[in-house]
Amino acid sequence: MSNKLDAKIPDGAIGEKWTRFKSSVPLVNPANKRNIEVIVVGTGLAGASAAASLAELGYKVKAFCFQDSPRRAHSIAAQGGINAAKNYQNDGDSVYRLFYDTIKGGDYRAREANVHRLAEVSGNIIDQCVAQGVPFAREYGGLLSNRSFGGTQVQRTFYAAGQTGQQLLLGAYSALQRQVGLGNVTMMTRHEMMDVVMIDGKARGIIARDLISGKLERHFGHAVLLCTGGYGNVFYLSTNAMGSNVTAAWKAHRKGAFFANPCYTQIHPTCIPVSGDHQSKLTLMSESLRNDGRIWVPKKQNDGRPANQIPEDERDYYLERRYPAFGNLVPRDIASRAAKERCDAGYGVGASKLAVYLDYADAIMRYGKIEANKKGLHDASTQDLQAMGKEVVKEKYGNLFDMYKQITGEDPYSMPMRIYPAVHYTMGGLWVDYNLMTTVPGLYALGEANFSDHGANRLGASALMQGLADGYFVLPYTIGAYLAGDIRTKAIPTDAPEFVAAEKEVQDRINQLMNIKGTKSVDYFHKRLGKIMWDKCGMARNEKGLKEAIAEIQALQKEFWSDVRIPGDADEFNPELEKAGRVADFLELGELMCVDALNRNESCGGHFREEYQTEEGEAKRDDENYAYVAAWEFKGQSTFELHKEELIYENIKIAQRSYK
Amino acid sequence: MEGNMNLTLKVWRQKNANSEGRFQDYQVAGISEDMSFLEMFDVLNERLINEGESPVAFDHDCREGICGMCSMYINGEPHGPNKGVTTCQLHMRSFKDGDTITVEPWRAKAFPIVKDLAVNRSAFDRIISAGGYVSVNTGNAQDANALPIPKDNADDAFMAAACIGCGACVAACKNASAMLFTSAKISQLSLLPQGQAERAMRAEKMVAQMDIEGFGACTNTGACEAECPKGISLENIARMNREYYGAVLSSK
Repeated sequence: MSNKLDAKIPDGAIGEKWTRFKSSVPLVNPANKRNIEVIVVGTGLAGASAAASLAELGYKVKAFCFQDSPRRAHSIAAQGGINAAKNYQNDGDSVYRLFYDTIKGGDYRAREANVHRLAEVSGNIIDQCVAQGVPFAREYGGLLSNRSFGGTQVQRTFYAAGQTGQQLLLGAYSALQRQVGLGNVTMMTRHEMMDVVMIDGKARGIIARDLISGKLERHFGHAVLLCTGGYGNVFYLSTNAMGSNVTAAWKAHRKGAFFANPCYTQIHPTCIPVSGDHQSKLTLMSESLRNDGRIWVPKKQNDGRPANQIPEDERDYYLERRYPAFGNLVPRDIASRAAKERCDAGYGVGASKLAVYLDYADAIMRYGKIEANKKGLHDASTQDLQAMGKEVVKEKYGNLFDMYKQITGEDPYSMPMRIYPAVHYTMGGLWVDYNLMTTVPGLYALGEANFSDHGANRLGASALMQGLADGYFVLPYTIGAYLAGDIRTKAIPTDAPEFVAAEKEVQDRINQLMNIKGTKSVDYFHKRLGKIMWDKCGMARNEKGLKEAIAEIQALQKEFWSDVRIPGDADEFNPELEKAGRVADFLELGELMCVDALNRNESCGGHFREEYQTEEGEAKRDDENYAYVAAWEFKGQSTFELHKEELIYENIKIAQRSYK
Repeated sequence: MEGNMNLTLKVWRQKNANSEGRFQDYQVAGISEDMSFLEMFDVLNERLINEGESPVAFDHDCREGICGMCSMYINGEPHGPNKGVTTCQLHMRSFKDGDTITVEPWRAKAFPIVKDLAVNRSAFDRIISAGGYVSVNTGNAQDANALPIPKDNADDAFMAAACIGCGACVAACKNASAMLFTSAKISQLSLLPQGQAERAMRAEKMVAQMDIEGFGACTNTGACEAECPKGISLENIARMNREYYGAVLSSK
């Protein structure tokens, strides 16, 4: 274990750590809270819930988002659901099972204590959201409904049609806006964090840019929380929003926060395939569709027939064939690789041949029969059954089917959808200890921005759970451990030399970008970076490709800094300048991702090294040598030092992950 | 060139809130029908940058119809000609080769222009701050299933809660009224037991804030409902009026 990494995991049995921590963590009394300022960057599930909860406790909070409203953060787009170990279905769920499923789903690369805490607070999240008026799906008896998700054998996923993220975020947003109205939170919209300000080795504020005026601003905080999401947009094409970026986390990294497991990227199996070079983003079709849909390809290579002309016995339901125990509900990394394997072998469908079918014909008939039975129609025709079944499917997944039709121009009720994997989520992120503090004192990372809970692969419906757990129930407690020792620190004036120097550094960088006056747009560089990352650090990686990628990215960095063209001025609303700053950071992060992927000589979860696989093509872990978190320290341009946090499993027997 | 559509765009250009704006014509060629409307603007902007011109500023983020950030007023309709979609989900197959398309920002006093097609919608946030919540601090909740809610009420509340806060209702309304937006939140919370305690106060405060922001009145034209990308119903406005008058009549 590196001596620079102390995870600060409390003593005691796994089930007692969090309870014991909560009863012994130092508190800040209400009068002192009023004098303590906390900066929250990002207003997604983690940021909005943390900002609201801290303000409710009495802290003075300043929250920042780059969008025009905090409600637009990309958590809004999460579709399928949120997990919680409520066991409302009486199907054998428990805190331990959620903990176990998450560790196993993460391919034994997550920290036990954090994951157990996540499972413990999962139920409180549902309670809190319902109390706020989040309209979850319900049964006729008025109680909450659940559905299944990948990587589990119980029904523990709560949902609101295909808009769960939206409803949860609007709940957290309303709590945040309530505190804004009460004057406890100052909300800064259309503001981007440009750097962390360090004073005496602690994070003491940020430099932010007002995106409308272009003006740089200095903001003090006793502590700074980064709730800034993931870095999937390093691939250019991903399911992330256009503005999602790594800049806040990367600036923190350059100021001393270690970046953990950057190579762990989640490629989501069910997205709408790319339709052409104009493509600006990829759209996810919720994993919940795998509950009822069946995934297949033709048994014949390069089969050009339309899907409905391929008879049943000429279809290969490859997930059901390879993984009978979990079938279409295997975890995401496995489903994605299986789709790639079939397409690479020549069985892909659609014009690009880079797609597989997700078929609802069976589900429509099955639901149709159930409806007919409910209505006592025992001689309903196939057509009638289909019509009734379509109604049920529409109620469950209507908005997703509409979205598919809107984008592709095809009707998924009458022909199978075409899907292909796409970059969706990043398990890696800033290294944090049990308190969610990074290696920089006073600087915290919450939600997707940290690395802690999902190991090498995240299970579906667990991102919403983690974001809200961190913001509502974890950070408001753990931050006391730091702030209780800081009650004598007065607000530091922002004319302190450290603030002045940090602002100058940011200003210099903006000037440098504006003065390049090159010939190529920001997107041109971003697309090239994305292609390198997807080809060489995507669903499958190997040593040769990664080494090439590192060299190509370094060359691309030089080209960017000498040839990018940013129109307009720095002192106005200038989306191209915003993008340029973000892409410059992606160019550095992309390099580190490849360095990390090259270091990890094993396959686990979302990280698949072609050299390390079983005879059946499954990921082959190396627990002897790689059961650690790779936390990278920034040592200057293209120089990163590895620190290892050993992962110790005391409560789960580490085993080969099998879903057969 | 990925496609073969050629279009004429008449786009509103305005440097910032304090300057005058005007329409500018652009020809775009080689547009594919699989592109989204925003991807067509990406093509235009890429060309403008290469030609040393200033690209068109427009708001967008998720590009999957849920964040509510995109906001173009296309040929006289917010989010363009199709029902139930946002601009990012509008695809070029909805247009024909040779079409002329006029693109403007949302126009409302309460939504000042930031630049070109981007406007400031923070008035909506302030309406929510005035009362669009249940006052429940973190950690005070009872078990979620201790409060059964009839499915129909939960479903109706969900339908109202589906609002994405894009502001198309305001842009569509000749009075620039924010009644559909405000009523959707009031409806959601008045349909649920959790929202009962603050019901009267919520209606009064949110309506008052709507007026302070400078949104207009409702004259029952129904353009908001027709243009709403999420199908938020006019019934919400009727419910809001009942909530509001009930609150005012009984207020102390």
